[in-house]
Amino acid sequence: MIRKSLAVLVIDENHIRASIIEAGLREAGHEQVTVVHDVAGIARRIAEIEPDVIVIDLENPNRDMLENMFQLSRVVKRPIAMFVDRSDQASIEAAVEAGVSAYVVDGLRQERVKPILDMAISRFNAFSRMARELEEARSELEDRKVIDRAKGILMRSRGLSEDAAYTLLRKTAMNQNRKISEIAQSLVTAAGLLDPGES
Amino acid sequence: MAAEHQINAGFIPLFDSAVLVAAREIGFAAREGVDLTLSRETSWANIRDRIAIGHFDLAHMLGPMPIACNLGLTPLASDTIVPFSLGLGGNCVTVSNTLWAGMAAHGALPDLNPARAGRALGALIRERANAGRDPLRFAVVHPHSGHNYELRYWLAACGIDPSREIEIVIVPPPFMADALATGRIDGYCAGEPWNSASVVAGTGHIATVKATIWKTSPEKVVGVRKAWAEKHPEALSALLRALHHAARWCQDPANRGELAALMAQPSFLGLSPALQMPVLTGHLALGGGAELTVEDFFLPFGKAANFPWKSHALWFYTQMVRWGQVKHSAAHMALARDTYRPDLYRAALKPLGVALPGANAKVEGALTAATPVGSAGASLVLGPDGFFDGRIFDPDRIDDYLAIRDWAMPTS
Repeated sequence: MIRKSLAVLVIDENHIRASIIEAGLREAGHEQVTVVHDVAGIARRIAEIEPDVIVIDLENPNRDMLENMFQLSRVVKRPIAMFVDRSDQASIEAAVEAGVSAYVVDGLRQERVKPILDMAISRFNAFSRMARELEEARSELEDRKVIDRAKGILMRSRGLSEDAAYTLLRKTAMNQNRKISEIAQSLVTAAGLLDPGES
Repeated sequence: MAAEHQINAGFIPLFDSAVLVAAREIGFAAREGVDLTLSRETSWANIRDRIAIGHFDLAHMLGPMPIACNLGLTPLASDTIVPFSLGLGGNCVTVSNTLWAGMAAHGALPDLNPARAGRALGALIRERANAGRDPLRFAVVHPHSGHNYELRYWLAACGIDPSREIEIVIVPPPFMADALATGRIDGYCAGEPWNSASVVAGTGHIATVKATIWKTSPEKVVGVRKAWAEKHPEALSALLRALHHAARWCQDPANRGELAALMAQPSFLGLSPALQMPVLTGHLALGGGAELTVEDFFLPFGKAANFPWKSHALWFYTQMVRWGQVKHSAAHMALARDTYRPDLYRAALKPLGVALPGANAKVEGALTAATPVGSAGASLVLGPDGFFDGRIFDPDRIDDYLAIRDWAMPTS
């Protein structure tokens, strides 16, 4: 028996994350994937798409509205319930921790949905990791810029070489048990206060 | 010194999370040996899910929500109890400028009188229906909320069928003002500061308030995962004492400025302190320059505001039955009643020697004026607690209450 492929609706305001989920679903062989970023007019979209599975991010404040609509709305022909497999507490926890939730139409077997939820969980986690790494890279770049400025100030005001300026910053940081970037920031701030032309 | 008890709690950015916020930020929790971690959430569904899987031990919840959980009306429901209420009142019904103009043409005045506003709204609704126009659309924050029930109660008492003559949709509180301004909804019932937000923006009028539909009526509560409460009775007691002190602090007019500034912080409401003042003073700008001071508009502490009355739980239950959310049965009623736990409140606060109600339930609507009542310890003042239509809710006569078919007030 050939099983009809599931229609999946992804609701996520974050465009990048939604694309990542969509790509994952398509790689897994799901052809009927719809991505929605804005919940305005969602009832009509659901009526058109008739999704079997709805994946939504937990940051979305419209979850309460959607849950109410799944239960009551005339446009939803088949009742939609939250994906809850009581025997699988671990996967519920993993979903909430990853920041995603799934709703499925009534009667759909849990084992057909589980791979979709698992995929969404892993992609959500991958996205968070990526976002975190991006944030770290950005702050590292900021750190480097402020250290360069602090070095410049030391080189000009104390006539030090670049290496000596950096060594002084590092030594001070070690003595005070702080990060070099923090010492650099303090120096830049102080220099700015003493001489508004400096910063 | 490490705190004796670690407690994780969730909240939604609404003013009535103030008692939880003050418990942590002003230091009442720390003083009771509780390290209280607060996490801001974006939906009640998230609160429910995180309670269910144990991320939160307890949370800021809509009063009917724990009852709905225990009745199995929500997904991922987990046994939840209510040992503490976070306040009375605080909601408004806000309508668009267009709708207000229509209501005013039918006799509505900027006096927040629910009967007058409701009569005007009813007349307008019939006029629109005769002209073949679409029904008005109102929003509430959640199907299992005081907002949904008080809006429906108000409309039904004014002869409007809320299930047929208007449409009720769900919109998250921070989006209400925007939905109203853009015409996606015609009115809404929500907590502060989300009504004043529309008034300040010039896009809405406050038509009536919870504190006049049902005086000193229940709103948010602390919902606690039952399994956690049973395992950590001392931590819960310590927290309830901290919340008691925090609530008293929140009610004190001397602290209004500090509380408004605290709630204005980006990690809590992220709205200007000025926008927090109406809920604190009860002095509301209604729109179009009208202003009014509402008695007992929001009580975080006074009038036994923190006591989890079983009659409040049972009234919420009757509304769930009334609006078709659950079938009435003795078992369901018992589940609802047992959700609210005045015994835990009393046990925790007894050592403080503060005023504690002697009864677990009261006849709602029986007090027409503020009344000193018999209580253990110091004196306690309750009420007035009347419904605007003059009806009485007797928690011992639920079947009679549920048998009422004609809720409309007599038109005189």
